[in-house]
Order: sequence, then C-alpha cells, then structure tokens
Amino acid sequence: MSQSKQQKQTIVFTTFMVITVLVSAISIGVFFYIFFNGISVLSWGFFTGVPENGMTEGGIFPAIMGTLILIVGSGLVAFPMGILAGIFMNEYAHQNWFKKFVRLMTNNLAGIPSIVFGLFGMAFFVNGLGFGVSILSGCLTLGVLILPIIIRTTEESLKFIPDDYRLASYALGASKWQTIWRVILPAALPNIVTGVILAIGRVAGETAAILFTVAAYFLPKMPTSIYDETMALPYHLYVISTSGTDIEKARPYADGTALTLLMLVFGLNLLANWYRKRLNKKIKV
Amino acid sequence: MSSQNSLSDQNLSLDETAKNMTSEAKIITRNLDFFYGDFQALKNINTQIDAHTVTALIGPSGCGKSTYLRVLNRMNDLIEGAKVKGEVLIDGQNIYDKKLDINELRKNVGMVFQKPTPFPKSIFENVAYGLRVNGMTENIKERVEKSLQQAALWNEVKDHLKKSALGLSGGQQQRLCIARTIAIQPDIILMDEPTSALDPISASQIEDLIMELKERFTIIIVTHNMQQARRVSDKTAFFYLGDLEEYDETPKIFESPASEKTQNYIRGKFG
Ligand SMILES: Nc1ncnc2c1ncn2[C@@H]1O[C@H](COP(=O)(O)OP(=O)(O)O)[C@@H](O)[C@H]1O
Ligand SMILES: [Mg+2]
Repeated sequence: MSQSKQQKQTIVFTTFMVITVLVSAISIGVFFYIFFNGISVLSWGFFTGVPENGMTEGGIFPAIMGTLILIVGSGLVAFPMGILAGIFMNEYAHQNWFKKFVRLMTNNLAGIPSIVFGLFGMAFFVNGLGFGVSILSGCLTLGVLILPIIIRTTEESLKFIPDDYRLASYALGASKWQTIWRVILPAALPNIVTGVILAIGRVAGETAAILFTVAAYFLPKMPTSIYDETMALPYHLYVISTSGTDIEKARPYADGTALTLLMLVFGLNLLANWYRKRLNKKIKV
Repeated sequence: MSSQNSLSDQNLSLDETAKNMTSEAKIITRNLDFFYGDFQALKNINTQIDAHTVTALIGPSGCGKSTYLRVLNRMNDLIEGAKVKGEVLIDGQNIYDKKLDINELRKNVGMVFQKPTPFPKSIFENVAYGLRVNGMTENIKERVEKSLQQAALWNEVKDHLKKSALGLSGGQQQRLCIARTIAIQPDIILMDEPTSALDPISASQIEDLIMELKERFTIIIVTHNMQQARRVSDKTAFFYLGDLEEYDETPKIFESPASEKTQNYIRGKFG
C-alpha cells in the first residue's frame, strides 16, 4: 500500500521533473540558437547604421529607435489610463454589474489576437480619426492592446495590499485619495511594475498591431513628428525574412536583427526587475 | 528667554483652566443603538467619559466593545449597512452631525489597533504620515522625534529612522503606531486590544506608556486582560451581548460589582 503510494510519488515527481527540464531546454535552446546565429553580425555599425543594398545588410538603427519610440509612446497612452482604471476598479467601483461588465471586457480584450487590434487601429485611428499611418496611430493601437494587462495587474496588486493599511490611514484622518496615493499605491508599486514589464515586452515584440498603423517598410530617416511613420524591429525582421529583395543573402542581417530584438526585450526585463527589487527592498528592509 | 518662559507658563495655566473646564464629559453617548444591517450590536448605551481618564472596556468576545470604539471615530462608517441611532457627543458636539468633517474627527480621535499596522515605509515616514496628510508640515522632524520619545521608542530607533518600520519587533511596531497616533495631537486615543498580539514584556511596556499618556490624552482601551484593566484604568465598562451591563469606577467593578454577570465574567466564569 505505502509501497505503491511511494512509487506513484516517484512517477509523478519524475514526470514533472522531465517536463520542467524539457521546457527549460527548449527556451535555452531557442535563446542560444538566436544568439550564436546573430552574434557574429553585431557591431557598432550594425546598431548605428541604416539598412543598405535592398535591406540585405547595413544597420538597423531606424528600427531600434522606432521600437523605443513605440514603447515610450504606448506607455504614455496606457500606463496612466490603465493604472487609474485599475485603481478605480479595486478601490472605488462597487461589486455591481458595471464592475462585472468592465472586468468581462478587459478579460476579453486581453484574449483578442493582436491582428484584430491592428485592424481596429487602422479602421479607427488611421482612417476614422484621420491620424493616418503614423506613430500616433501605432502608439494608440499598442496602448489599447496593453491596457488590459496594466489594468489587471494594477487591480491585482492593489487587492494584495491588506485592508489594515487602509484602516490605519483613515484612522489618522487621511482621506481616501491620500490613503491610495501615499500608502496603497507605493506598497503595490513593485507588483504593478511587473505588469509594466510584461506590457513593454509585448510592445517590443508586437508585429500584427503595427502592421497597418505605423510600421514603415523602409524609412532610414528619423521621424520628426508623431504623424510620421517609423520602422520597428519586429516588423523589420518580418520584412527582411519573408519579402525582402534577396532573402537568402539577407539571412545574417536578419539573424542580427532577431538577436537585437531579443536583447532589447531581455534588457528591459532585467532593468524593470532590478527596479522592482529596489522598490521592494526600500519597503522591507 | 524669560519672556518665553512666562509665555509658556501662561500657556500652561491656560491649559490647566481648559482642562478643569472640560474635566467633565469629554465623551457622552446617549441612547446609543448600533446596527449592522438588521443585527443590533449595541443597545441603548449611555456613557460619560471624562477628560484625562483611562476607561477600560471589558466583556466576552462579540459583545460590542470594538463596535463601541469605532462609533467614536466613525470607523464604522466604512462598513456597509452600519447604522447609528442616538447621540454621540465629543466636547459637546454631535459627531454624527452632517456638517462634521470626518477626517478632522479622526485626527482628534486617534486609534491603535490590535495588530500593529505600521505602513511599509521608513520609521520616520510612519510617524510623519499623519502630519503630512493633515497638513501639519511645519517642524516635522521635531514633532516626529517628540512623538517617538513620548511613545518610549526614540532611544531604540533614533539611529535608523530611515529603515523600514516592518523590520521592528512587534512591541516596537505597536509603540510606533502609538507614536504615529500621538504625533497629530489627538485629544482621545482609542485602543482595541493593543497588547493582545504582544509578548508579556512588550505588553507591560505599552501599559506603562498608557499610564503616562493619560496626562495628556483621554484613553479608552479594550482589553481581555483583567489585570491590565485593573492596573491602567480609572473606570471600567462591562459589555454583555450589546448591553452596557455595568459601568463604574474600576476598583468598584473589580471589588464589588453590582451585576452578577460582571462578577462571573471577571472571575472567569465565561468569556
Ligand atoms: N462588520 C460587521 N458586520 C456585521 N456584524 C459585525 C461586524 N463587526 C462585528 N459584528 C458583530 O457585532 C457584534 C459585536 O462585535 P464586536 O464589536 O467586534 O465585539 P467585540 O469587540 O466585543 O468582540 C458581534 O456579534 C459581531 O459578530
Ligand atoms: Mg473586538
């Protein structure tokens, strides 16, 4: 009896172990594959130059800048709105049909394929509001895309903060907003940052949503206003590996672009993680 | 220098007269009923609590002690379906008056909870918090220091005011919460079982502190510890199932209670 129980344990444990190793191996494999393919291409000129020879060689500076602009821009659109909405949902909204409705909408929004957002962005921002294919349209589309992530993580992070803090703050004569702004939000910030990390990763890698709203096929010069188009890393990668002038020849150039995108997302994750740890430390030590 | 002295003397004597004038009836409740929805948690409570006294609230769990306390700083307002009937006067003013500023009331009637609840901020910022939210931003440093001294915590924390308050021991955290409360200079301090989550030594430190604070504040403390009630309080109120069963001078309650229920309770027969 206990023998077979033990055996079952071992089998279950081994299964989980194998699966875990497999999953890690796959992601490490992907990483090293991209790393070793792309590393030989990376150079100072690759980061600072513009595409040349029908985008088969040269640099990817415009695409890097474009992606950074899209991250900052969509962040400006989504973070304040998303965090405020999250605060509203957790601290102000009563448990009623409206809250349930908003919850349902944000959950649905999070599950919609990004190409649908791309089409919506084109219909609404590009054509409807007449912003054209532009950084503005792209940032708004991406902003809508990541909004649910920000709202949900903000809400969850706030829910996590014990009510004791709220009561203690009210008992000191603080208003509701003072309590939220000075106690609850700072305490929840490290976890909110996690949501922000996820969102940034999503924006950096997003292709479908920018396809019709902002992405330029080839545009070596820097944008000068929010009504300009811009190149972006994921779309650039897509173009040079599927529909460039000479796909075979562009192979190393594409590998370098892929590695750059990977490093960018990785780097941003590390940065945000470090910042979160620092915030946590400030609270706890 | 001398003029300053005489000024503070004058202030003191003014304080004295003010104290004498209000030495009666800091808090009055008249025919106070309290409901959570349909459930009546307090029934016709009539109390008069004098300034600069310590009042102990005792009674079995669920008899309404915390509810009564939260009536006085209107923390019950945060509970859905809560309803108050009757009169609650502090310094002669009805605190359930529609025009009353509730944050101002809570500034005047501080509260210390059972579980120490320092904010996830530095020790300094914890004490400064109440000052900041009430716009008392002058001399913050001095006020924080003074409050920590009054809460008998200064010597232990003065060298690491910037460290997180969450690193303090339970007893230190509770004294920090007291410091945080007295920093904004309330008249009244409500304490809901402030020592029941603490070890005996920390608890007796808090008790000592309560007796000192009595000089400057009117204190109401809920406690399940009969010795504690006896040691720290001037008057004791025994609650039973939402009724104020007996309310009298502490020695009287403990030596010759009028009610049999009170007697049974303090002799440990129930609760
Ligand atoms: N938020 C609440 N909602 C409904 N009933 C409550 C609430 N808080 C307390 N009660 C009820 O009111 C009564 C008095 O509670 P309380 O004042 O906490 O008692 P005590 O502090 O003496 O233990 C209890 O029966 C309790 O169940
Ligand atoms: Mg209680």
